[in-house]
Amino acid sequence: MSSSTDPAPMPSAALAPGTNAPDFRLPSTPDQLVSLHEFRGRPVVLVFYPADWSPVCGDQTALYNELLPEFHRFDAELIGISVDGPWCHLAFAQERKLHFPLLADFEPKGAVARQYGVYRSQDGFCERALFVIDAGGIIRWSYVSPVGVNPGADGILAALEGLAPKEKTK
Amino acid sequence: MTKLTLAVTDRDHMQGPAEAAVTLVEYGDYECPHCGRAYPIVEELRQNFGDRLRFVFRNFPLTQVHAHAEMAAEAAEAAGAQGRFWEMHEALFTHQNALDTSHLVQYAGRLRINAAQLGEALTAHTFRDRVREDFMSGVRSGVNGTPTFFINSVRHDGPFDLPSLTEAVEGSAG
Repeated sequence: MSSSTDPAPMPSAALAPGTNAPDFRLPSTPDQLVSLHEFRGRPVVLVFYPADWSPVCGDQTALYNELLPEFHRFDAELIGISVDGPWCHLAFAQERKLHFPLLADFEPKGAVARQYGVYRSQDGFCERALFVIDAGGIIRWSYVSPVGVNPGADGILAALEGLAPKEKTK
Repeated sequence: MTKLTLAVTDRDHMQGPAEAAVTLVEYGDYECPHCGRAYPIVEELRQNFGDRLRFVFRNFPLTQVHAHAEMAAEAAEAAGAQGRFWEMHEALFTHQNALDTSHLVQYAGRLRINAAQLGEALTAHTFRDRVREDFMSGVRSGVNGTPTFFINSVRHDGPFDLPSLTEAVEGSAG
């Protein structure tokens, strides 16, 4: 692909804490679009993962699915992103009974992953990367796991706790 | 290096002496086929190491993937309250395809556990908080799937076949 399709300079590594989280607008279903700014006012956990259906992603999404009540205690929204298309996401989410949105970074392929510095152009998919974004849209924590390693959720929960010294306990 | 955040204490179900050189903690799900494969491996490991190894099992049910995992975990805890945790643990891992509530109550009967009492605990979810406490301690310790093992509080990231676990346990035994 020619670089003329993505004129903005792209970060070479995952965006660091303190950076403004680049806004985006991506399909969550074949007929719905979701923008990051819609969640302004609440923390967002962005989960970039290489592909639907691959075994490690399966475990990772299953774990996060299980932990949604914990994320919601921080009023946080969890969002998955991969380069899979919306129909693929739909089938994956239905089969795994996932209760959080999966966004399709499908066209132009990996554009959002590139903006966040987590696209693997040699592979054609994104890194297994986590970003915790605060209510004001600032990245407060980021982590890139080796592609084959499920990063778990301990880092996400610790980052969310860091955002909210007075966690909601209801 | 990922470490166990909740230390092993009297709250835990354990097999083997407290002064054993190595403590192996498993976070597992009774409906998970990988945990089912790990069960006989852990049994063999325990036999081979004898008093040098202490084994602890904590619940990590992935309830959205495994419809019966939560109730099975609560049943093990309910059996534990009657002093029969490990008997139920074995029954669950050797009958992973039959973990609905009626089977759980049947196993209790067979194991000379008060089945009515166990049934009531399942209905009232008496042990739900306990299972959740196990689960969250796992999440905080970096459990990312099942089974996840910790050897002397350090997460074991390698495979869990008998030779690999044996080597890892030997390595920690010093």
